[in-house]
Amino acid sequence: MVQTHFIVHDKADTVGVAVVENIQPNTTITGWIMETDETITLTALDAIPLGHKIALADIQPGDTVLKYGHDIGRAVAAIDRGRHVHIHNLKTKRW
Amino acid sequence: MGRFDFHGYRRDNGRVGIRNHVVILPLDDLSNAASEAVAHNIKGTLALPHAYGRLQFGEDLELFFRTLIGTGSNPNVAACVVIGIEPGWTARVVDGIATTGKPVAGFAIEENGDISTIAAASRKAREFMQWASERRRERCAIEELFVSVKCGESDTTSGLGSCPTVGNLIDKLDPLGVTTCFGETSELTGAETVCASRAATPEVGARFMAVFDAYQEVINRHKTSDLSDSQPTKGNIIGGLTTIEEKAFGNLAKIGRKTKYIDVLKPAEAPARGPGLYYMDTSSAAAECVTLQAASGFVVHLFPTGQGNVIGNPIEPVIKLTANPRTARTMVEHIDLDVSGILRRELTLDQAGDLLIDMVIRTCNGRLTCAEVMGHREFVMTKLYQSA
Repeated sequence: MVQTHFIVHDKADTVGVAVVENIQPNTTITGWIMETDETITLTALDAIPLGHKIALADIQPGDTVLKYGHDIGRAVAAIDRGRHVHIHNLKTKRW
Repeated sequence: MGRFDFHGYRRDNGRVGIRNHVVILPLDDLSNAASEAVAHNIKGTLALPHAYGRLQFGEDLELFFRTLIGTGSNPNVAACVVIGIEPGWTARVVDGIATTGKPVAGFAIEENGDISTIAAASRKAREFMQWASERRRERCAIEELFVSVKCGESDTTSGLGSCPTVGNLIDKLDPLGVTTCFGETSELTGAETVCASRAATPEVGARFMAVFDAYQEVINRHKTSDLSDSQPTKGNIIGGLTTIEEKAFGNLAKIGRKTKYIDVLKPAEAPARGPGLYYMDTSSAAAECVTLQAASGFVVHLFPTGQGNVIGNPIEPVIKLTANPRTARTMVEHIDLDVSGILRRELTLDQAGDLLIDMVIRTCNGRLTCAEVMGHREFVMTKLYQSA
């Protein structure tokens, strides 16, 4: 089996999770969508640490980010497909 | 005999424990020193020092008594010595524990002093310890088991692997009549409507939402920011979790895909509707939550971690599992079950759930958890508000 670099919970998700320890920028990486058992590839534009999220689509400021098929917050910056998604560009809608 | 039978200690009230502790329980902060002295004198006994028990009132006092009495009543406790500064509340705790039928005795320090109290309590603890040492494990059916769950220092691997592994176990054990419990009210924020939909009836779901809304009011009343310095925790953020909503969906994976919860419990309230999954209103701080679950009678705890929470509980063994390959590698002495193979697609959730059931049965039969051998005994009572 090809190495899985990131895992996506749900087909509708706009982010995946890095499951290996050293994803480097400008490398092609392979992902597995658990819900549908599909394999996808994309180019990482940033270094993505283990457990951190990578954008699967181009995301605009204000867009809702989906993981587990659910709303996990809103983008506060433009996030290109392949970029690192974390506290610098994604915020809670709560509290 | 069933596939998942285990060997436990059957207590006089019919409940089954998996450990055989003799606990020296201080009523209040003032009695910690005497309790620890007794535990030093009588080898094998276990003191549970804590910070509270003075001038509490109202619902906070009720929770305090429920926690102490529940702790002494837990089937993992064979016998209990209670030491308090004065005899009144000491007797209330003793009487509460005595309803289980187990040996329990109380000692008050006022008019005696620490030294005489320690001597008298040590004599009784010696008697209890030798009595407990002759209790024998017997074969028990899986439906006699009470299992609690709560995760900590979560990261995104918790939602991918370790929490769904616990959920897989719950989905397999719930039909067998096991009693289970989850909590963590604040860490359901963002997933609360999904959680409400997992109630067995609309009435139970509505009661969950009332508890959830009350917790949100507490946060709104006291918050000075969006809580992004505490929820998610700094450890969560290092591990890749960004928002409370994201954390909540990972958390909720612990209750599986199909099991419905049948009741809503107050903190430390014992389940009373028979076998099934219960939701308990708890803090999301690990030691507070597990202490409440142990006080409500749960005997073994499942604790998924991502970044590597090291928690244990003095009376309820805490089984830790992780799907984070780095945590499994760097914190091996804290991890009972490594399910990081899920992330490499070498292990299915179904296989991981079976491995966890096996670890639960081994632990029930006497295998010491990592937290037990590392001496983690975090006993932390929940306090609702200031004392009078």
